[in-house]
Amino acid sequence: MNKALEKIDRKDAKLAMAHLYVAFTALALGGLAGLLQVLVRSGKFELPANIGYYQVLTTHGVLLGLILTTFFILGFQTAAVSRTSGTFSDGQRLTGWIGFWVMLIGTAMSATMILLNEASVLYTFYAPLKAHWIFYLGLTFVVVGSWVDGAAQISKYISWRKQNPGQPGPLLTFMAIINVVLWIVATLGVAAEVLFQLLPWSLGLVDRVDILISRTLFWYFGHPLVYFWLLPAYMCWYVIIPKIIGGKIFSDSLARMSFILFLLFSIPVGLHHQLTEPGIDAGWKFLQVVLTFMVVIPSLMTAFSLFATFETYGRSQGAKGVFGWIKKLPWKDARFAVPFIGMVAFIPAGAGGLINASFQLNQVVHNTIWVTGHFHLTLATSVVLTFFGIAYWLVPHLTGRVLTPAMNKLAIVQAFTWAIGMTIMSSAMHLAGLFGAPRRSSFSTYGDAQQAMDWIPYQIAQAIGGSILFLGIILVLVIFINLAFFAPKGEEEFPIGEVEENAEKTPMILENWKIWITLTIALILIAYTVPFMEMFQNGPIGSKGYRLW
Amino acid sequence: MHMHRYEKWWLVFGTGSLVVFLFILGISAFHQGHTPPSAKAFVNHEQVDKIAPFNEPGLKKVEGKDWDYELVVLASAFFYNPGEVEIPKGSKVKVIATSKDVVHGFGVAGTNINMMLEPGYISEYVTTLDKAGEYLVVCNEYCGTGHHTMKSMIKVVD
Repeated sequence: MNKALEKIDRKDAKLAMAHLYVAFTALALGGLAGLLQVLVRSGKFELPANIGYYQVLTTHGVLLGLILTTFFILGFQTAAVSRTSGTFSDGQRLTGWIGFWVMLIGTAMSATMILLNEASVLYTFYAPLKAHWIFYLGLTFVVVGSWVDGAAQISKYISWRKQNPGQPGPLLTFMAIINVVLWIVATLGVAAEVLFQLLPWSLGLVDRVDILISRTLFWYFGHPLVYFWLLPAYMCWYVIIPKIIGGKIFSDSLARMSFILFLLFSIPVGLHHQLTEPGIDAGWKFLQVVLTFMVVIPSLMTAFSLFATFETYGRSQGAKGVFGWIKKLPWKDARFAVPFIGMVAFIPAGAGGLINASFQLNQVVHNTIWVTGHFHLTLATSVVLTFFGIAYWLVPHLTGRVLTPAMNKLAIVQAFTWAIGMTIMSSAMHLAGLFGAPRRSSFSTYGDAQQAMDWIPYQIAQAIGGSILFLGIILVLVIFINLAFFAPKGEEEFPIGEVEENAEKTPMILENWKIWITLTIALILIAYTVPFMEMFQNGPIGSKGYRLW
Repeated sequence: MHMHRYEKWWLVFGTGSLVVFLFILGISAFHQGHTPPSAKAFVNHEQVDKIAPFNEPGLKKVEGKDWDYELVVLASAFFYNPGEVEIPKGSKVKVIATSKDVVHGFGVAGTNINMMLEPGYISEYVTTLDKAGEYLVVCNEYCGTGHHTMKSMIKVVD
């Protein structure tokens, strides 16, 4: 029996594909905005027709950081839940569609305001810069839509559990649900910021907004946001890749355990983004730095698990010597090779993250372009290349087509283009950042200051790397359109790894949601209660809005 | 839950390194005083140019404190006041800064001085400037169209 050719229901496939169309449209537009930025910052190019640098920067951040990721993730998870827990009921699918449309309408609202230059506040929209209220309302729609979309996945998981009492849910579904729960708990922060602070303020109902509280609510959400991006990549690494290489999942329980640890330790850590801010006690910042570093443990578990899978497979194929198994891996298969480059990028990316979050080292790199370089290694390489690797089998699976050898080859060329472009751009950003070059700034010589002049060669390198990356985006769009509309009809597998035969039974405690959600809330309360109370009790007068663009 | 022997070693080694690392961070922070700027002082940012010390931004020599100079900086879109300052080499300086309007950054390239300036909150950082040279101060938090023109200069002189 060939289990691999189990197909997702056609109606569920349509819902998942709708998400992917939006995601790849966002990639095209947001990528173009990225190209314009690196060109402007090289000092050799100026934007035409009164388009503002910071307007383009807002477009880039919102479309790639928020829209591409959210749509891709929810689309992929819809497919993953449908594949592993069974077809959605009509009600569940309708819920998914409602979520999708609410998100899309919200995206259109925010995007319109950005294009009209009414919302050049970057994707972090820090108060007291005040955007048009439609921009904030649009973002609210995106978040609320994502909750509804996620609710469809949770509902499917609950009905699976009811039909299979006493059994742990399918691994891939379990992982998707952890990510939805993480997302809901995290977005409560940004929802509170927008609903109670920014919306009433931008509508003119209240006069002032408390800056520190708004930033703290934002970062309560902003850090787990990066884990919301990362966990779907981990799903691919843990569950999909073992099947592609022909191996087995190293351990079902450890995979679940590491996802639970990510849920616990991704949220109560937002203050590490605010280390250089006034108004927050150094002791509380330190506590959150310690909690931040706890994610080192699931990261190490993941690294071990992946390489154990690779080595076990290689040895089963008769590999000799310490590293002989490396040769046995399917390097010519884009479904493996593309995410693998993402995994490799995660080694320097993770190391950079440790530096950023370190209590004192942060001082050197805070708000410099080093941070941008780090972000482009984590999100824009590890995560995004893995997403591309997923799309290369998921899109043909959903559209009833196949990944042809020619497209497979082009996909590998694409990944190498990406790796080269990113190495150049990200290294230049990391280095310039160490010398103090700021992030989120247009080209400037700062009155011909010597230090700023020394940054320019790195900015030119960024433009070269960024241009190569844009070529990579064109290639990925070519492949996506081919797989969605033109590739030959056929059956493409949705690869789901299996656990080793002699593996131990998964303990049910891992799926006891009462325990894990209670622990998550407890950690959040420990990390945030006192700092928040201090902000409420001692804060200065709030701030009126400014429109400085 | 079953764990492979090698995985146990790997996690013990990794977690052990983590504990050592955090221990060093903690000692550096609370024993040697290397904490990031975390002042809890407030000011009415709408009246700030009338309130001491921000009514007179600039460098002041002080007596009887743990530092030799206080550098008072008032940031607003898209300027720092003072726009340039000379500081004798080797002096210990307390930077006291705030913003009059939106959130700004205060990053001094080539030093460890790096802080966020937020309306209503005073940011403080103490450091010793022991290398002569010109240090460019840049706004490193987006504050509007003129963000990349917002700068100042600290000259450390012999």
